[in-house]
Amino acid sequence: MNSEQAFDASELADLLGDKQDGEDKSLMSILEDVQARYRYLPKDALILISEWMGVPLSQTYSVATFYNAFSLKPKGRHIINVCLGTACNVRGSRKVVERIADRLGIEPGETTQDGEFTLETLNCVGACALGPVAIIDGTHFGRVNAAGADKLLKKLGVEGRKE
Amino acid sequence: MTTLTIDGRQVEALRGSTVLEAARENHIEIPTLCYHEALEPYAGCRLCVVELVTPKGSQLVASCVYAAEDGLVVKTNSGIVQESRRMTVELLLAAAPKAKVIQDLAAEMGIEEPRVSLGDSDCILCGLCVRACKEIVGANAISLVNRGFAKEVKPPFEIGSNACTGCTTCVLVCPTGAIKLEDVLDSRSVHRWESDFEARECKICGDHYLAPEFAPDLKELLGEEEV
Repeated sequence: MNSEQAFDASELADLLGDKQDGEDKSLMSILEDVQARYRYLPKDALILISEWMGVPLSQTYSVATFYNAFSLKPKGRHIINVCLGTACNVRGSRKVVERIADRLGIEPGETTQDGEFTLETLNCVGACALGPVAIIDGTHFGRVNAAGADKLLKKLGVEGRKE
Repeated sequence: MTTLTIDGRQVEALRGSTVLEAARENHIEIPTLCYHEALEPYAGCRLCVVELVTPKGSQLVASCVYAAEDGLVVKTNSGIVQESRRMTVELLLAAAPKAKVIQDLAAEMGIEEPRVSLGDSDCILCGLCVRACKEIVGANAISLVNRGFAKEVKPPFEIGSNACTGCTTCVLVCPTGAIKLEDVLDSRSVHRWESDFEARECKICGDHYLAPEFAPDLKELLGEEEV
């Protein structure tokens, strides 16, 4: 469970800056910064941010749960996204998801126990001609099949089945 | 004053009012679910759609947010309006089959079974409770969380907090009765938000009254940590 970076309130204060600036900053950009720093939005951080910005906690929570970019649970160090849009789907991207899920021992939407990998699916990245598309840590890979997924995982240090 | 035509009748409305307000002011009925006089319009339920007749053709608009302007020609119960409302009610019934108000609306329109099933909630996500809590009470104890099919009304982190004061405005304003209030002698529970309150006994009359603590102490929630 060393994946979960301990949340430190004083560090958040550094990230947020002067309290007086609260009204000039946008909630979204602050949440993005915190998400990038901790790979999730710690509960205490949401409470502090609300207080700091003078935004009701209910509204902060509403925003934090609405956007896919935010997560209330820690995400892995590597984020693997597989496109399940129509074009990728007919070209077999489901097999790619199954293979990666099998290798990592997790279901789509889950994170490995060691906090290394998160597997997610999405519905079209606009690169249909390259399908099936996988995106690993922001880099797009085209024409990925199950064997290709194995190769990509190998580059990330995943050999064979991982329990 | 603004003069417009609703259902072939010339009516007058105060400047700045919406088509819905103009209609109601003149005793013309338009059904609504997410509208409340005391709250900002939300245009969420789409039941208040009316047909706007323009030289370029007709269009459907949500009357609760459409400004009443001079010379507007509006039909509140034309064919396309009825068709749209019927579809809306069928979808609401598909999502919230347990809500009495939706069942009644559906029965009125002759809808027996929705063609699809989208859940078994009694909440139609009209946002009235959220807006009442924010605009009238100022407590901001609840909000719409998640998105799409997972969307629902919850307090932050889905746990009861003392941001909720137990005022029960949300219970009163809910059109479907989805928010249940339980008052037992010395306790009050608003089940949907997991809010529980202990009532105090009046030392003179012996009756019970609610004296909730206002505003959560965030530092307390975080322990001793200084911010």
